[in-house]
Amino acid sequence: MPTVLITNYGVGNLRSLRRGLERAGARVAVSLSPGELEASDAIVLPGVGAFRAAIEGLCAIRETLIAQVKGGKPLLGICLGMQLLLSRSHENGVWDGLDLVSGEATRLPGSVKLPHMGWDEVIVAKDSEITDGIPSGALMYFAHSYAPEHLDRSAEVAHTEYGRRFASIIEHGNIFGTQFHPEKSGGLGIGLLRNFVSIAKR
Amino acid sequence: MLTKRIIPCLDVKDGKVVKGVRFENLRVEGDPAELASFYEDSLADELVFLDITASKEKRRILIDVVERTAEELTIPFTVGGGIGDLGMIQELLCAGADKVSLNTAAVRDPDLVRIASDRFGSQCIVIAIDAKRIGGGSGRPRWEVYVEGGSKGTGLDAIEWAKRVEGLGAGEILLTSMDRDGTQLGYDIELTRAVCEAVNVPVIASGGAGSPEHILEVFERGLADAALAASIFHRDIHPIREVKEFLASRGIPVRL
Repeated sequence: MPTVLITNYGVGNLRSLRRGLERAGARVAVSLSPGELEASDAIVLPGVGAFRAAIEGLCAIRETLIAQVKGGKPLLGICLGMQLLLSRSHENGVWDGLDLVSGEATRLPGSVKLPHMGWDEVIVAKDSEITDGIPSGALMYFAHSYAPEHLDRSAEVAHTEYGRRFASIIEHGNIFGTQFHPEKSGGLGIGLLRNFVSIAKR
Repeated sequence: MLTKRIIPCLDVKDGKVVKGVRFENLRVEGDPAELASFYEDSLADELVFLDITASKEKRRILIDVVERTAEELTIPFTVGGGIGDLGMIQELLCAGADKVSLNTAAVRDPDLVRIASDRFGSQCIVIAIDAKRIGGGSGRPRWEVYVEGGSKGTGLDAIEWAKRVEGLGAGEILLTSMDRDGTQLGYDIELTRAVCEAVNVPVIASGGAGSPEHILEVFERGLADAALAASIFHRDIHPIREVKEFLASRGIPVRL
């Protein structure tokens, strides 16, 4: 059973994610210790709070995290956690991200209600291990006002339309991200977590 | 396309689900975590727990309910009722709630809305507005905001208050018509539409659902983003799947 480490960088609901990963077949640790990060088989960046607070919260493990991921360890970023992977974010200012995937997080247009809240379609356009068993058009649960833009197009596995088109699942080598919350998206969401845990097993 | 959400509401008192009829005559209807799982299986898109336990000493019971529910559910849920400060918000989110809803505390201290949405993110701060129609007769209808479980008027105009909390960072508005709550006569369409047109955050309509047609009406004419109901789901009068199939047949995008 692979150990998946949820980075505990802020305040919010991590219980559902921990339980979701357990259902998906992982042993789960929740921590912000470089040692535990190194000992884990895979890492999840959860999506809680605001960008600035999150990137500051990751300070203590930033270098270890980047080194581990560049060394090939699978990483899944969820919602804000996915945005942290990008080059920068425009949430209440301009903040540097981890720059593991080229792109920016920008606010969705004001022509639609924000936050983008609820179940929306995920259009899968590319074969990927992370979307194994997930049909294109599957409904997943979103709760966000910012989304990826100017993303390296080769990293886009699936997209969603809300105000504009944005990447809702990304993959870049061993790095994965979802703009929606798989742990809150019923059986299909747990299926995606299971795919990630399978990747972590290798 | 973003689907319209159907949200069963579970009023919780001392760790048990009850449903108030016009905020009175409580009756026990089941265990919260058990009902939550039942609703997830019946295609609920989200759940709301409104804790109507009066005493703070029983808070531990609520936290326990939230923890047990979070272990069971793979859909989001909101917890509201008697949340008065940042510490309580943090405690509930850490226990596994995805969102918290604030009502009386937001009116008493609007700054709490701003600080909470900054710290925890707008997406998890829901403002519950209990609105009661005032006056009547000719002219534009108006609604007053009530707090403390609907027992106390504030003099605030519901539409103005909705705009204000949006500005403070609220991520969603849970709008209850006190005139319709518990009546099963249908949502207050005018109220819902007025708030939906005034703000750019999602609005959950609440109070008065008695049939699938009422839910269709609050989406089509009320412009709501989500519909909350209790009695019609708890007593299985209209199962959620049946309501959703009806909505889909009338062209409303729903998750089936």
